Amino acid sequence: MADLFDGYPLGQQWDEMFGSPGQPRSAYAGLFTSLQPMAGEELSARADLLSQTYRDAGVTFAHAGEEQPFPLDIVPRVIGAEEWDVIERGVAQRVLALEAFLADVYGAGEVFADRVVPRSVVTTSAHFHRQAHGLVPPNGVRVHVSGIDLVRDEAGDFRVLEDNLRSPSGVSYVITNRAAMSQVLPELFADHRIQPVDDYPTRLLAALKASAPANVADPTVVVLTPGVYNSAYFEHALLARQMGVELVEGRDLVCAGNQVSMRTTDGQRRVDVVYRRIDDEFLDPVHFRPDSVIGCAGLLNAARAGRVTIANAVGNGVADDKLLFTWVPDLVRYYLGEEPVLANAETYRLDDRETTEWVLSSLDQLVLKPVDGSGGKGIVIGPRADEKTLADLAVKVRARPRDWIAQKPIGLSTCPTLIGGRIAPRHVDLRPFAVNDGSKVWVLPGGLTRVALPEGELVVNSSQGGGSKDTWVLSGARPAASREVPESTRIEFTAADLPDDPPAQDPGPLNDTVVGQSQQQQQGAFRARNAPEDGGTTPC
Amino acid sequence: MLSRIAESLFWIGRYVERADDTARILDVHTQRLVEDPWIDERRACANLLALMGSPCPEDEADTERVLATLAFERDSPSSIVGALSAARENARGAREVLSGEIWESLNVTHNALPQQRTMARRYGPHALFRFVRERSAMVFGLADSTMSRDESWLFLVLGRSLERVDMTARIISTRVLAGDAAPSWTLVLRSTGAYEPYLRTYRGVVDSSRAAEFLLLDRLFPRSVFAALDQAESCLAELERSTVRDTTRIGVAGEAHRIVGRARTLLEYMSTPELLSRLPARLEELQRTCSAASAAVSNHFFTEQAPQVWVPEGVA
Repeated sequence: MADLFDGYPLGQQWDEMFGSPGQPRSAYAGLFTSLQPMAGEELSARADLLSQTYRDAGVTFAHAGEEQPFPLDIVPRVIGAEEWDVIERGVAQRVLALEAFLADVYGAGEVFADRVVPRSVVTTSAHFHRQAHGLVPPNGVRVHVSGIDLVRDEAGDFRVLEDNLRSPSGVSYVITNRAAMSQVLPELFADHRIQPVDDYPTRLLAALKASAPANVADPTVVVLTPGVYNSAYFEHALLARQMGVELVEGRDLVCAGNQVSMRTTDGQRRVDVVYRRIDDEFLDPVHFRPDSVIGCAGLLNAARAGRVTIANAVGNGVADDKLLFTWVPDLVRYYLGEEPVLANAETYRLDDRETTEWVLSSLDQLVLKPVDGSGGKGIVIGPRADEKTLADLAVKVRARPRDWIAQKPIGLSTCPTLIGGRIAPRHVDLRPFAVNDGSKVWVLPGGLTRVALPEGELVVNSSQGGGSKDTWVLSGARPAASREVPESTRIEFTAADLPDDPPAQDPGPLNDTVVGQSQQQQQGAFRARNAPEDGGTTPC
Repeated sequence: MLSRIAESLFWIGRYVERADDTARILDVHTQRLVEDPWIDERRACANLLALMGSPCPEDEADTERVLATLAFERDSPSSIVGALSAARENARGAREVLSGEIWESLNVTHNALPQQRTMARRYGPHALFRFVRERSAMVFGLADSTMSRDESWLFLVLGRSLERVDMTARIISTRVLAGDAAPSWTLVLRSTGAYEPYLRTYRGVVDSSRAAEFLLLDRLFPRSVFAALDQAESCLAELERSTVRDTTRIGVAGEAHRIVGRARTLLEYMSTPELLSRLPARLEELQRTCSAASAAVSNHFFTEQAPQVWVPEGVA
C-alpha cells in the first residue's frame, strides 16, 4: 500500500525526520506512526481546515502590502528533549553575552580597550546611537525579547545564523500555530508530551514589569505599534490582548516634563514601560528622524530621566549587526568565560584586502549578505545567482566592503512538508525566542520554525513567501516545581462541610416528547378506529 | 400568557445556555488534554464528569466517555445534543410567541447536529463546540433584537440567568475540588469566556483569589455569578410587579425572588475572605439555590397539571 511517505527523497542535507529512507529519527517516531496510515487526501482536508481556521481568526501577515493568511504547514517539527537542552543553554548564553556587550558599548567600552572588538565596527554601524550612551535601564536589561535564528547544518548541528535583538517578530505565530494544530489534529498530540507555549505572554509581561522604573508599585505596560499597516500588526495586537495591556500608537502617547502618558477617556494616564515595536529611527522625532509621525516626542529623554523603560532598549541594533555577529563567539568567551554552546555559521568579514579579493573571486560559491538588512532582503546566494546579479554585486561589494559579509552556503536541513497533497522535503530554520527578566533568561520551548515552500528555496523569511510549522519540544518527566506559573496568592479553603455528591443538573419538565408521544399514539389510535378497511382492530 | 408557553420559554433559556456553557467547558477541557503534557487524563475526565452531575468510576473515564456523556448523549438534558434537542422541542410548542427567526435558528441548529457530529468524529470536536457557541449566541442575539420585552422575554432571560449561575458555579468547582488534576485558573477563566475581560481588568498575571472573585462577584462581566443572579432577580421583580400592587407589604412576593435575592445579597455583602474560606460549600449552595429557584418558579408560574387520564369504571 502506498503510504504518505513513499518516495520521500533524501538529499545531501540533514533531514529532520528521517536518518535513512523509511527510518524516522527517535523524536519523530510517534509522529511517523500517527501520520503514516493517513491518506494524502485526508491530510489535505485537514490542511484546508487549518488554513480556514487561520482565515477566520485573522492570523495574517502583510506581504507586499496585502494582508494574507500566514501559511502554516500541517506536519509539525519535533525537537527531542536533549537537543532542546543544547539550544536552550546556547540561546541563553548568547543573550547574556550580548547583554553584557551592549552595556559595555553604551558604557565603559572595555571591550574596545581590551581589543576584543575594534571600536570601528560599532561606530560604523547604522544602528549605533550615541543618544543611548550612558542610558542605564532600571534592571540592567536591554534585550527583553530576542530571537536567535538557528539552522541545522549537514552534520545535524545547530548553528547560529543571526541574532535579532531589536524587535524580533513571529512569536504570535508560535502561539496560534499550537492552538490551531491542537484543534485540527488532536490525535497527533495524544501520543506526545509536548511542552506548552501559551505562557509566553505571561512571561513577557512579568519581564516587562520587572524592568519598570524603581519605586513604581504597579507599573503600567503598553505595547507601542506603528499601526494597522505594519506587517506584524497582528502580533502586536495579540500580545497586547493576551497580556491585557493597552496597544497604543505614537499619537496616543504624550510626553511632558519627562513623563510619558497615554490619552484616555479619564484624562492622561502614566505609562511606565513601553514595549515598542517601532524601529529606533522612528521612535522619537526629537532625537531621531524628525519626520516620524509614529513615534512619541520626548520618549528618549524620559527614559534617560529614569521615568519610563523602553523595551527593547534603544541602540540594540549594534549587537545584532551582521558584521558584529562574527565576533559573538569571542564575546561569549570574553564576558562569560565560557565556550559558546552554539557555533556560528561559518562567516567571513571583508575587513582586509586579501579576504575581500578572495570573496570577490568566489562570489558564485558564497552567500553575500548586507550587514544591516533584515527579512532576507538583498541576500545573494552565489551558486543560484545569474551573471548579471553577480556582476552588480561585485561592484557594490568593492565600493563598500563594510556593508557585506560572506558565508559558505549552509545546506539548511529539510523537514517533511505537505505540498499539493504529497509529503515533500522543504528547507527549514528555527527562531527560538528568549525573554530576559533580569534574573533569568527564559527560552520559549520551541520557537518559530519557518519553512521555504518553493522547492529547493533556501530563504525562509515570511516576507519572502515562507510558511511556518508548529514546533514541538518533547518533554521528559514532569519538572517538579518549575511548571506552575508563580501565583502571588493561593486560596485556602475547607471542603469539610461539603456533601459527598455534587448536585445533578436540573432535568427539564417531562417535556413535550413524552406528552407528544402519547398525543401521537392517541391520534394514531383514533385514525385506526375510523379506518375500517384496515380491519382487525375492534374498538372496545 | 399561557403557563405552558411560559415554561417552554424558561426552559429554552436554560437549555441553550447549558449547551453554550457545556461547549465552552468541553472545548477548554479537550484542548487542555491535548496541550498539557503532564495531565492525568482519567482523573481530569472523572472530575469533570462528577462535577457536571454524571459521575463515573475513574478507570472508565476518558475523553471518549466525556464526549459521549456531555456532548452527544441524545436523551440526557445535561449533554449538548440533548439540551439543544430539548430546546428545540420546547420551541416547537411555543412557536406562536417565539419570533420565526428564533424558531428557525433553533431548528437549523438541531437539524445540523448529526452532520456536526460526523464532522467532529473526523476532524476533532473543536468545530462542534464552536458551532454550538455560535448558534447559542445567535439564538440569544435574535431574542434580543426581535422579542418584545414582555413576559415571554422575561421568562427566557430568567431561565438563561439561572442556568448561568449554576454553570459558572460548576466551572469554578472544577478548579476548587479537583486537587492537583484541576485545570489552572487561566483555563477556568477561558472556559467562561472571561479570560480576556479578566486580563483587561486586572492587567496581569492570573491570581487565584482575584480570578475566583472575578467569576463570582464581578458586577460588570455578564457571566459572573453575581451579574447572572442580579439579572435573574430583576426578571423576577418585573414578573411579579402586578402582584406587588395587591398584597406585598413585607419582603418579596414570590418564593423564587426570595431565594435568588438572598443568594445575591449573600454574595454582595459577605467579605471576600469569608466567601473564599468556604468556597466549595458556597459553590455547592449556589447550585442548589438554582435548583430551588427553578422549582419555585415552576410552582408559582407554571401550574400545569399532569395530563389526566380518565379511566372508565370497570364493569364488574
